[in-house]
Amino acid sequence: MKAGPVLGVLAVIVALWYAGAVWLNAAWTYDQAARNGTVVTFGGLLADTMAQERPVLPPPHQVVAEVWKGMTAYNVTSKKSLVYHGYVTLVSTFSGFVLGTLLGILMAVGIVQSRTLELGMMPWAVISQTVPVVAIAPMIVVLSNSLGFGDHLGVSNALVSKTIIAAYLSYFPVLVGMVKGLRSPDQMQLDQLKTYNASEVQGFFKLRLPSSVPYLFTSLKVGIAASLVGAIVGELPTGAIEGLGARMLIGSQFGSPIIVWAALFAAAALAGVLILLVRALETVVVRRMGVRG
Amino acid sequence: MSILVAVVFWLAAWGVNSWLARSRFAGLRAVRIAIPALFGVAILVLWQGVVTGLAVPEVILPAPSRLWGAIGGNLPVLGADFVQTILKGGLSGYVLGSVAGVLVAILVDRVPFLRAGLLPIGNFVAALPIVGIAPIMVMWFGFDWQSKAAVVVVMVFFPVLVNMVAGLSASDRMQRDLMATWGASYWQTLVKLRLPAAMPFLFNGLKIAATLALIGAIVAENFGSPTLGMGFRISTAVGQLALPLVWAEIAVAALAGSVFYGLVSAAERAVTFWHPSQRGR
Repeated sequence: MKAGPVLGVLAVIVALWYAGAVWLNAAWTYDQAARNGTVVTFGGLLADTMAQERPVLPPPHQVVAEVWKGMTAYNVTSKKSLVYHGYVTLVSTFSGFVLGTLLGILMAVGIVQSRTLELGMMPWAVISQTVPVVAIAPMIVVLSNSLGFGDHLGVSNALVSKTIIAAYLSYFPVLVGMVKGLRSPDQMQLDQLKTYNASEVQGFFKLRLPSSVPYLFTSLKVGIAASLVGAIVGELPTGAIEGLGARMLIGSQFGSPIIVWAALFAAAALAGVLILLVRALETVVVRRMGVRG
Repeated sequence: MSILVAVVFWLAAWGVNSWLARSRFAGLRAVRIAIPALFGVAILVLWQGVVTGLAVPEVILPAPSRLWGAIGGNLPVLGADFVQTILKGGLSGYVLGSVAGVLVAILVDRVPFLRAGLLPIGNFVAALPIVGIAPIMVMWFGFDWQSKAAVVVVMVFFPVLVNMVAGLSASDRMQRDLMATWGASYWQTLVKLRLPAAMPFLFNGLKIAATLALIGAIVAENFGSPTLGMGFRISTAVGQLALPLVWAEIAVAALAGSVFYGLVSAAERAVTFWHPSQRGR
């Protein structure tokens, strides 16, 4: 992949963004000027649209400045710090991801081993993903509050509900990938194990499981992104005050677009980092398993 | 007592399913539908049995029979919410976003610079939590369904774009050379060879987008909505502890999502009947 065209397109996007910021924010500038009885020059227009308090579309540098301020200006444990909110979202993303991955792998093993489960459960797994999880999210919140799962486990109930929502979104890619992966050994390999007199269990652990690893990692990359979406969505109906999703909600309620954009960028950066992490883990594991290249 | 009945029913259903799955009818279409249907019915019976047997409070989990009553009693409300969220917000955004994704994909495929530059960015953006733009869209387009549709457009656009670009390169060199030897123009090759070849990929993207569309439409209602819509209704009904109504909305959302996905799958089967994955069904 060459960097040139990517940078070129990025530059065009940034340029369009600035143009859009001037165009969309101009109305407010003219409005203010008319109220004060001043005349807007072109230079004045440019300067004002770049630095409004509540712009319709904040220009990139304002967003970057807000992200930077959110990350460095406050103590990381402060509620104003983006690092803190990012951490809260990250914790529920990870717990949901782990739970979802385990669930997906277990269901895949069941489906590969049992024909009844395959025919009975697989359609429901598909249906579970066509159900918009956000519709269920408030109920999950109520349930985990009234049942008090979190109190038993020693964590907050909000974390439990966010974990469930994130797991719900992330188990499916893992399930699909693992079913494919566990079925990937071909007949010849299965026959060979039979000639070694390997049992079903040995065949599973020595052949099926190792051959599913590449499929697993492909799904994990999708799964962790889905898990982050789940964690953010899970923060919206919970009335959470912590986390990137809560930050967006607060920004929208106080009519402050820059906060929303900063949270959005932080979430995007988090997604990028998480996918890179899974990719790094994949490289390490694949190398340890002896695959070269 | 009712728990016992439910468990016995569950075991019996499981037994029937195991027998069906092993029997020589397992390949039949009716059986392929009957097995998951029985699985679902067994879960409903188990649910009803446990809830009535253990006297689970309605706040935690209402029985399926109560839920059915709530659906019947709230039909006008459910219908209005369905139109607002699914048809106006979700479907219009889905159509716009998919069309835009396909058109941009054709453009990207035509221009090598965009292919090298826009595609990696598109791939990256497709993995981002795009739902986050919901508050921004609500600020821009107001509280009504237009802002929900806008969120859906953006969410749908990237998966469709990425899959469609992959699909447009699915026809192989030899097939394209053959079109060239017949003197086919770019557009003829596109319409007669490359678009049909891209359809399995496009539908892959459309299916992913179908589930995203409903998520986007409902999430956006958390950031502001007229007093109408499934997301709005669910969050206010939870506040009033009108839980059967909440579950009724969830059931409608589930049904709408499944039907939506089913329609896209049916269209896929009709359009890509020639593809190996669709043959032999």
